[in-house]
Amino acid sequence: MKFNVPATNNPIDRMSVVGRAQDRIDGPLKTTGLAPYAYEHREAANPAYGYVIGAAIAKGSFRWLNLDAVRAAPGVISVVTAEDAGTLGKGQFNTVKLLGGPEVDHYHQAIAIVVAETFEQARAAAAMARVDYDRAQGRFDLDRALKAAPIVGNGGQPATVGDFGAAFAAAPVKIDAEYTTPDQTHAMMEPFASIAAWQGDELTIWTSNQMIDWGRGDLARTLGMPKEKIRFLSPYIGGGFGGKLFLRTDAVLAALGARAAARPVKVALPRPFIANNSTHRPATRQRIRIGATPDGTITAIAHESGSGDQPGGGPETATGQTELLYAGANRLTALRLAVLDLPEGNAMRAPGEAPGMMALEVAMDEMAEKLGMDPVAFRIKNDTQVDPARPERRFSQRQLVRCFSEGAEQFGWSRRNAVPGKVRDGRWLVGMGVAAAFRNHINRTSGARVHLDPDGLVTVETDMTDIGTGSYTIIAQTVAEMMGVPIASVKVKLGSSAFPVAAGSGGQWGAANATAGVYAACVKLREAVLQSLGFDASDALFEDGHVRSGNRSTELRKAAAAGRLTAEDRIEFGELAEKWQISTFGAHFVEVGVDAYTGATRIRRMLAVCAAGRIINPKSARSQVIGAMTMGVGGALMEELAVDRRFGFFVNHDLASYEVPVHADIPHQDVVFLEEADDKANPMKAKGVGELGLCGVAAAIANAIYNATGVRVRDYPITLDKHLNQLPPLT
Amino acid sequence: MRAFTYERATDPVAAARAVAQRPGARYIAGGTNLLDLMKLEVETPTHLVDVQDLGFTRIERTPQGGLRIGALVTNTDLAADDHVRRDYAVLSRAILAGASGQLRNKATTGGNLLQRTRCPYFYDTNMACNKRRPGSGCAAIGGYSRQLGVVGVSTSCIATFPGDMAVALRVLDAMVETIDAHGQTRSIPIAGFHRLWEDKPQQDTVLAPGELITAVTLPPPLGGQHFYEKVRDRASYAFALVSVAAVIQPDGTGRVAFGGVAPKPWRVEAAEALLPQGADAVTRQAFEGATPTKDNDFKLPLATRALAYVIAQAKA
Ligand SMILES: Cc1cc2nc3c(=O)[nH]c(=O)nc-3n(C[C@H](O)[C@H](O)[C@H](O)COP(=O)(O)OP(=O)(O)OC[C@H]3O[C@@H](n4cnc5c(N)ncnc54)[C@H](O)[C@@H]3O)c2cc1C
Ligand code: SF4
Repeated sequence: MKFNVPATNNPIDRMSVVGRAQDRIDGPLKTTGLAPYAYEHREAANPAYGYVIGAAIAKGSFRWLNLDAVRAAPGVISVVTAEDAGTLGKGQFNTVKLLGGPEVDHYHQAIAIVVAETFEQARAAAAMARVDYDRAQGRFDLDRALKAAPIVGNGGQPATVGDFGAAFAAAPVKIDAEYTTPDQTHAMMEPFASIAAWQGDELTIWTSNQMIDWGRGDLARTLGMPKEKIRFLSPYIGGGFGGKLFLRTDAVLAALGARAAARPVKVALPRPFIANNSTHRPATRQRIRIGATPDGTITAIAHESGSGDQPGGGPETATGQTELLYAGANRLTALRLAVLDLPEGNAMRAPGEAPGMMALEVAMDEMAEKLGMDPVAFRIKNDTQVDPARPERRFSQRQLVRCFSEGAEQFGWSRRNAVPGKVRDGRWLVGMGVAAAFRNHINRTSGARVHLDPDGLVTVETDMTDIGTGSYTIIAQTVAEMMGVPIASVKVKLGSSAFPVAAGSGGQWGAANATAGVYAACVKLREAVLQSLGFDASDALFEDGHVRSGNRSTELRKAAAAGRLTAEDRIEFGELAEKWQISTFGAHFVEVGVDAYTGATRIRRMLAVCAAGRIINPKSARSQVIGAMTMGVGGALMEELAVDRRFGFFVNHDLASYEVPVHADIPHQDVVFLEEADDKANPMKAKGVGELGLCGVAAAIANAIYNATGVRVRDYPITLDKHLNQLPPLT
Repeated sequence: MRAFTYERATDPVAAARAVAQRPGARYIAGGTNLLDLMKLEVETPTHLVDVQDLGFTRIERTPQGGLRIGALVTNTDLAADDHVRRDYAVLSRAILAGASGQLRNKATTGGNLLQRTRCPYFYDTNMACNKRRPGSGCAAIGGYSRQLGVVGVSTSCIATFPGDMAVALRVLDAMVETIDAHGQTRSIPIAGFHRLWEDKPQQDTVLAPGELITAVTLPPPLGGQHFYEKVRDRASYAFALVSVAAVIQPDGTGRVAFGGVAPKPWRVEAAEALLPQGADAVTRQAFEGATPTKDNDFKLPLATRALAYVIAQAKA
């Protein structure tokens, strides 16, 4: 199905199942432990265990000293190094090779896998390995590397609209401020894990991956084999946050280990590997300049960001939202990219916008204060309904102003004291902060196959994944709505390369695109049903397990009486996203207490108001947003990979030292979804919320901290040491 | 993890003998610290002597009016004990400020005292660490040291003793009771139990090889108001950046010890004598000669401000 004109009325508009809060259909499997995660599949008989050896240096080369002893260790079946593996390709989504040697590209880069009869034997043998490293000078200091870093994209020039320089120089009110965001790790609960099993030249891999087709393709590229010979399975995923968008070490080394051992092999990366072996969200150094007239009209806005990555990598695109979020005739954005020898940077939940909004929305707060305006009013004043660079492109839907006004009302924003450092509650300095939420909508082709069986069961198959987000449930809702059957009559099968290629989970594109693909397949199945039943297509209703037209009504299952009906289709997108700017919006409100004595910040309450198209399942959407808000608390207050600039690695590579929020950090969260149906997005009229919920949270917290203390910290995370010495005197 | 053998001891002296005679043998109690370190091969014992059947699970009054806490009393039980909550509230509060409910259910009094440092370089076996591999150097010096020590540290190690319970025990002047392979018992004042690292950071305490902790005893109650103020980046389940254990009397005098700053619970009696003069006076003396790093020099004002809060509370 080609989606190239705005959606008109369709069966989803009934909203009898779609749009209603629905418990997860996979909930019982999850809570009883029956949903198999990557390491738990039992189909591969008699598996051996692989343990990955990671490089102990960040840059240089090495030589094995006692591999024979490792190979001879108790229980060891095989050891695969880069040399044993022979020529390997590199995945198109990987910047760095997943098996290093003799060169080392980054700390904890895999340099071998040891396969043994038991996990313990593999681990013990891996620990025996002695390696002679030749350490080389690496580039580990982002600030230093950025000094000579070029602008990337746009021909090496900043992207501009109007004349930023002149307008900023002439602006009567302005700010020019620098912000930093740190490296962050996905720290998902389920580690990277895979089981690989070969049958002749065919490979089956059970893994934990957000994007089946990307993973399968890159595994084929890496191993130099046809993609069709790989079965790539990932039905349940214990969190990914972007870390599992790509093929990673576990899958490649499980496949190599299994080939060498002539046995199925299981591999899970131990927790300390996750920060340095895999990808992370790169740190940024951002500069924002805003100029305005005294009435608060932005006349000039510039956002520049620098980040680093391995050679051949990409920048953290932290300036994207600044091109679209606020009006202003003169604009400039630029991304600088430095080369670093730290582990590979890549996507983490809301890449670009998450760190970009951490800076932009603090700059907006600073500017509002300079103007003597309320920060909500200042943002509303600079709302735009068009793409500022191409005013002929309108936003398909943009309810940012309503997000702010309704949020302000519900949160009690009017009670905020605009003068910082004035509200005290016992030991706590209390403050409120606000920020916009913004994340672009991304269209992706997405396919599905649906079957109707003689017993009335509708089965849907797509390689879409569920990373804990609720894909199983919203897909079941979509089928139930389209086919007029109860959810219990829908079976959802996900995460297999045997199924049509779907959008996958990432960039908050999964829910809207994958259900749109299912919609397309259901439209075809409906046609097949009507044909089978001999109905006239134009006015038939699918409801209550029946097909009705005029005064004729037939049970749906009768259409499959002669045998299973199958339909397959995919949603493909035309020019609508060129003509319209399709984005999601929100407003975050936060109240914090900052300990007047110790400077420690604790959240008191949070509210997010989101306008993001049709909300397919308000229950799981709310879960996504409160989870994202929680992640925002981590970003604001504690999450930071500590870089050792001498040895070139992230030092705090476990969950005791890389802190993320715990329950006690999150006392109260509210989420409101504004009613919206975006007919330019897709036939579901839906967009995404999973990343929107994160964008802006940390800035709202930073602004609340400033409101509480009167001390502006522009360096995340805002730990107590960064403002302790400037807090108001103790009374 | 390296392969190891395992035995379950039923007699304290036999247990002590088993550990003393065998290099590489270690006790295991709740296992919440030792097992984690074994998985990472930070610790590589060849033999484990499990002490959980040795009894030592009682909390009893002593003839002197104090309390005798068996080495195997869990952190949960100790924190919940009525006498402890009434007469030694600082201890109860310190324990409850640490770890998580699940860990406290397993963690024991003896094991808690012997928990090892949380220096991140200690945890990474690729890094030089004098505590883990004596003589290999200290990767933390000049590296990421936000959590590490500011006072009492040495040029061979700047790590801290990370625990909470022991900080409270230090203000209470607890005694650590032990037995050795010859059946010899001794009582070690908590003040001298943990060592300053000096040039031997591999040795955390004054215990001899195989010496088994049997109990911790507390002197009679001190009265006063009890505080345990723990400062950290998140609200729970994190080690202290700085903690303050204090018992403050109605006249403003009292005792105070700091956690998260030194190789041992940090109490300077001459400094606490200045309590009536306020937090600044106390910490100026308690942290005299401190050698913080750029990453952790905030711990000095933080200790002062946390103590200021305690003093303000005591007055309120
Ligand atoms: C995630 C996490 C968070 C934590 N957070 C905190 C915190 O915030 N604050 C805090 O204070 N602690 C914290 N802890 C540490 C916890 O308190 C300790 O792990 C626990 O107290 C150790 O007790 P255990 O009985 O399990 O000791 P084990 O792990 O069994 O043993 C620890 C050591 O003591 C030795 N040992 C044990 N018993 C005896 C004995 N009777 N005689 C001689 N030697 C003995 C063992 O040989 C071993 O070397 C945390 C731990 C974890 C894992
Ligand atoms: S500070 Fe101590 S524990 Fe940390 S690396 Fe140095 S010697 Fe090891």
